[in-house]
Amino acid sequence: MTLDWFLVVSALVFCIGAGGVLTRRNPLVVLLCLELMLNAANIALIAFARMWGNVDGQIFAIIVMVVAACEVCIGLGLVVAIYRRRLPIDVDELRELQG
Amino acid sequence: MTEVLFFIAAIGAIVGAVGVVALQNPFYSVLALVFHLLSLAALFLLLQAQFVAAAQVVVYAGAVMVLYVFVVAYVGAAESTHFKAPIGGGQRAFAVGFALALFVELVIAVLGSGLSAISTEGPDVRFGFGSPEQIGQALLTRFLVAFEVASYLLLIAAVGAVVLARRRGGIHEEETRVSAMSFLRPPGVGTMAEGVEGRTGTPEHRELGPPAERVP
Repeated sequence: MTLDWFLVVSALVFCIGAGGVLTRRNPLVVLLCLELMLNAANIALIAFARMWGNVDGQIFAIIVMVVAACEVCIGLGLVVAIYRRRLPIDVDELRELQG
Repeated sequence: MTEVLFFIAAIGAIVGAVGVVALQNPFYSVLALVFHLLSLAALFLLLQAQFVAAAQVVVYAGAVMVLYVFVVAYVGAAESTHFKAPIGGGQRAFAVGFALALFVELVIAVLGSGLSAISTEGPDVRFGFGSPEQIGQALLTRFLVAFEVASYLLLIAAVGAVVLARRRGGIHEEETRVSAMSFLRPPGVGTMAEGVEGRTGTPEHRELGPPAERVP
């Protein structure tokens, strides 16, 4: 299978994730869509690693997975904190930081 | 054979991604994301990245998704009824148009990039490419700084998650806070904390002290 197919799949998944971030209002689903975007970047990185024939891109992908795990950890902590304070779990209503 | 596997995995990944965005119940979105991640692991295997595929299944589809499932169960899928009407048609049309434009632009940028290896299957690699041995060797020699920084990042995120999700709203009646210093420092020894709280001196000298009931 030639490598451009993998890159096209990566672009498609990234765009689906971006559209989801723009359309969904539940912060849990917004976090899931961010995961989609990070995973799309992972496919592209691993396809480029295959293209070069060395493992540097795979190391990048592993570091991206670490960052995604940290992001999930903090994001879910925020969701739990919002739920504890009986605030609405809705990204359209949580805009006090907007000024 | 490779083509068949690629199309199965790619269609699975795209269907999973669409499911994450389109399903209304967050719990089903999480399950769709698990399906998506498993399909991605198959794609990684087709790209000779065995260790990353295994880590994807174990760490991502296993551990991180369990965290999601716990939080969705805690916050409750019933929250979806709390939401008002879904976002307006204008924003939805804008989002779909933005995603399509981004896709077209990305495809043009990637396929028109003129990379010499883009329409090949990649160079021939020796057996063991992407194995844990090779990944570990690269991670502990050339990418040691990134490895250490990632460990610090994980530590900070774990501490931050505990701080964010801890219980707030005061201490309940049955669980009073016990400090380790109260064992090291017997009461009545005239420390600065006691001076601030007005607990120094003999009992007849501390009528003015506010927390008189806290005197042991």
